[in-house]
Amino acid sequence: MTAQRRAEVGMMEQDSKASRAAKQTAAMVVGTVPIIIGVLALTSLVTAAVPPQTICDLLPMESLLAPFLGGLVGSIAAGHPVVSYVLAGELQAAGVGLATTTALIVSWVTVGIFHLPVEAAILGARFAIWRNVICFVLAIATGYAVAFLMLVGG
Amino acid sequence: MGATRGTAVPRKIIGAWLFPAAVAALYAATALFSPAIAAQALKSFGALLANITPAMVLVFCLIFLTNLFIDRRWLARHLGKTSGVRGWVFAIVAGILSAGPLYAWYPLLGDLKAKGMRGELIAAFLYARALKLPLLPLMVQYFGMAFTVTLSLCIIVFSVISGLLVKAIPGIEDADAGGNR
Repeated sequence: MTAQRRAEVGMMEQDSKASRAAKQTAAMVVGTVPIIIGVLALTSLVTAAVPPQTICDLLPMESLLAPFLGGLVGSIAAGHPVVSYVLAGELQAAGVGLATTTALIVSWVTVGIFHLPVEAAILGARFAIWRNVICFVLAIATGYAVAFLMLVGG
Repeated sequence: MGATRGTAVPRKIIGAWLFPAAVAALYAATALFSPAIAAQALKSFGALLANITPAMVLVFCLIFLTNLFIDRRWLARHLGKTSGVRGWVFAIVAGILSAGPLYAWYPLLGDLKAKGMRGELIAAFLYARALKLPLLPLMVQYFGMAFTVTLSLCIIVFSVISGLLVKAIPGIEDADAGGNR
């Protein structure tokens, strides 16, 4: 085989690989974008009907269950993480404990109850459910750990 | 067989749009009873969509590049069963550096999982995302340096714990891997 023929074959192989990669990517776009759009729309509707601040006002955020509730609010809420900082800052100023605000901040980013359908569709239902349960528990544990370390550290 | 293949793709596309169609119906019902909430939700949805679009474009470009260049052998070496400590470091650092919302990364992770990425590393990646480097100055301003440093270290430690706990769930690696394989 001549050098020119080898180059032509190499280019053809590269083209077919690129076309296969493009097809795989397009299939993923077609399969996932509608679900992501649906989840975003549903999350927007729920948070417009019941804003996280309202949930915090309604729940006993200074009780023993507070870190659990903080984690729950973070799991339901959606939006930029900056919003969780603002909300946690306001709660802290109102006397809510560090474990609760930390659980809220961590679960805001790591747990997504409304994103569960997307995660389940892409990564598998069993994986998605277990990961979210584990991250919810660990968000609360992180809250307690940070509060303890800050207490010990003075 | 050709006919079956011909109808399978549109059916899949129609199926994927059923969920957003149901949500649109919910919006319509909400607009009937409370137009203000529906309008606010639509505005919020627009903002979220604008926020997620650049990240999604980036993620789909990354998926194309991984489909093009990353083969199963490379992935097994760096993020697969034989990746060891290097895999954990890789997943946690990537999680910390990754930008955009959580759900923007699911397609890429689904693709990598189908190619052999370990489930515990996906869990560690997703937990490490709680540590957001660009937002650290803001966190220091809100909560102080001591809190920020403590939380950052705790997130790294707990991201490993989350991965180990996911690994401990029986059958999670072999479980249903979603519709995008």
